[in-house]
Amino acid sequence: MVSLSQYLILAAALFAIGVVGVFLNRKNLVVLLMAIELILLAVNLNFVAFSHFLWGMSGQVFVFFILTVAAAESAIGLAILIVLFRNRRTINVDDFDTLKG
Amino acid sequence: MLHIRPVVPEIIVFAMACVILLADLFWKRRFKGLMYGLTQATLIAASVTAYGLRDPRARVVLHGMVVQDRLSTILQIAIFALTAIVLAYSRTYIVERGVFRSEFFVLALTGVVGMCVMVSAAHFLSLYLGLELLSLSLYALIALQRDSIPATEAAMKYFVLGALSSGLLLYGLSMLYGATGSLEITRVATALAALPRHDLVATLGLVFVLSGLAFKLGVVPFHMWVPDVYEGAPTAVTLYVGAAPKIAAFALFLRLLVEGLHGLSGAWQEMLVLLAFLSMAVGNIVAIAQTNLKRMLAYSAIAHMGFVLLGLLSARVSGYADALFYALVYAFMTLGAFGIIILLSRKGFEAERLEDLRGLYQRSPWYAWMMLLFMFSMAGVPPTIGFYAKFAVIEAAVSAGFYGLAVAAVLFSVIGAFYYLRIVKLMFFDAPVDAGPLRQGRDLRWLLSLNGIAMLLTTPWAGTLIAICRSAVRGLP
Repeated sequence: MVSLSQYLILAAALFAIGVVGVFLNRKNLVVLLMAIELILLAVNLNFVAFSHFLWGMSGQVFVFFILTVAAAESAIGLAILIVLFRNRRTINVDDFDTLKG
Repeated sequence: MLHIRPVVPEIIVFAMACVILLADLFWKRRFKGLMYGLTQATLIAASVTAYGLRDPRARVVLHGMVVQDRLSTILQIAIFALTAIVLAYSRTYIVERGVFRSEFFVLALTGVVGMCVMVSAAHFLSLYLGLELLSLSLYALIALQRDSIPATEAAMKYFVLGALSSGLLLYGLSMLYGATGSLEITRVATALAALPRHDLVATLGLVFVLSGLAFKLGVVPFHMWVPDVYEGAPTAVTLYVGAAPKIAAFALFLRLLVEGLHGLSGAWQEMLVLLAFLSMAVGNIVAIAQTNLKRMLAYSAIAHMGFVLLGLLSARVSGYADALFYALVYAFMTLGAFGIIILLSRKGFEAERLEDLRGLYQRSPWYAWMMLLFMFSMAGVPPTIGFYAKFAVIEAAVSAGFYGLAVAAVLFSVIGAFYYLRIVKLMFFDAPVDAGPLRQGRDLRWLLSLNGIAMLLTTPWAGTLIAICRSAVRGLP
């Protein structure tokens, strides 16, 4: 039987991998989008685990909304990615230095 | 039984966004200004409805999703008004740059719906959905000029950091759900009161929620996106990003931290002290080094958000009122400053360097005086309204016992005065570089003048305005 804390540790690990992926990845924007998805999935796992072990259904309903919004979010992210690729002919994160940020 | 009366303004705006999208399919060629007129009519109708439906008692409707109280009514009307002014300012600008398309108006309206849901959220779900509706509209708005490299790059940066901050916020919300067992903000508050004082899960949730919120408000150390987005986006979109969403993000602080997590106020006060100090320091000092006007105003925005937090971190009702007043005044000041940039821009030329303001007094004395009023108000020079706003938040910090922070705030606003006054010097005492006449629409000129004069003439009523803000936050713990 998997316990609540094991689920939470898994979710925290996924979340950490996602955040590290966003900050350390300097090569490919698509990988960066995948890291963002990983963060949202870690949150989903958290909600489902809490919902199953402790407090009823509402957390699981929340997960459906997060999944839907995440789909919309990656649609917009990929659209921006394509527009950017048309302008710059690259998706290397290090090359996006027109704005000094 | 569902009571939909309190959400009628949102329904109006959302329905009209769909109508405009469809109308664009059929009548794009025949009526050029139709979409613009419809959008403005929608915003006016929605603010009249919101005013008509006002209710002094707080009412939670739609199965605990949405609350209607004075705070939500006032903030919704402010959001409608700010967006209407933004669209009026940017009309000529977007016509000249070829983005006068219905997408601009539809995205602006869906963003407004998102903000309205944010300010009246009573449930984590509605809060998250409102926030995402706003963010997704903003990503698309920034990238609307598809062939512009800075704009698309700014959109990508904003998208990545915005999505990351949503992730942080959600992770925090899931922790709070685990600690309290509810997603409704009032129930979270009661459940927190029953927990031990330093519950680890709840505190962990608070840290993540606060960093997500700080990202959205753009305070140090979560400010990286602000200068890039302000500089890269077309000025019309910068205007939109800089005004109403700041108010909505501030409302999230009130709804989540104050209403929901009041039980942890000791913990979030300490964190806000740090955020406020760093924002005021970094914002005001780095702004001095900027040569790009939009970037300078971005750092000034960071500094101003630090001042807003100053009122919030007192954790008292009077402090919330002062912070709310500051946020509203700031939104109108920043509207004016970016309005001047739009006024000076024309087709193929962006007046976004500091040099472009040189000698504005010789070209147009009236608008040089208007810009002077905006700059004085931002710097907090009496008798402009910005002075009273700064005075109120610093007083709130003093009365809550944060003396050191109040002294720092005064020092940083003196440092900040340098770069605002440098603009005044450039306008009044330097020779113009660019002697072209100012050609922009009459609506922009009238509204901008009105906006500038309001910085000065609202001062005698500052007390009344603060009293209105106080009545708005009275219900908060």
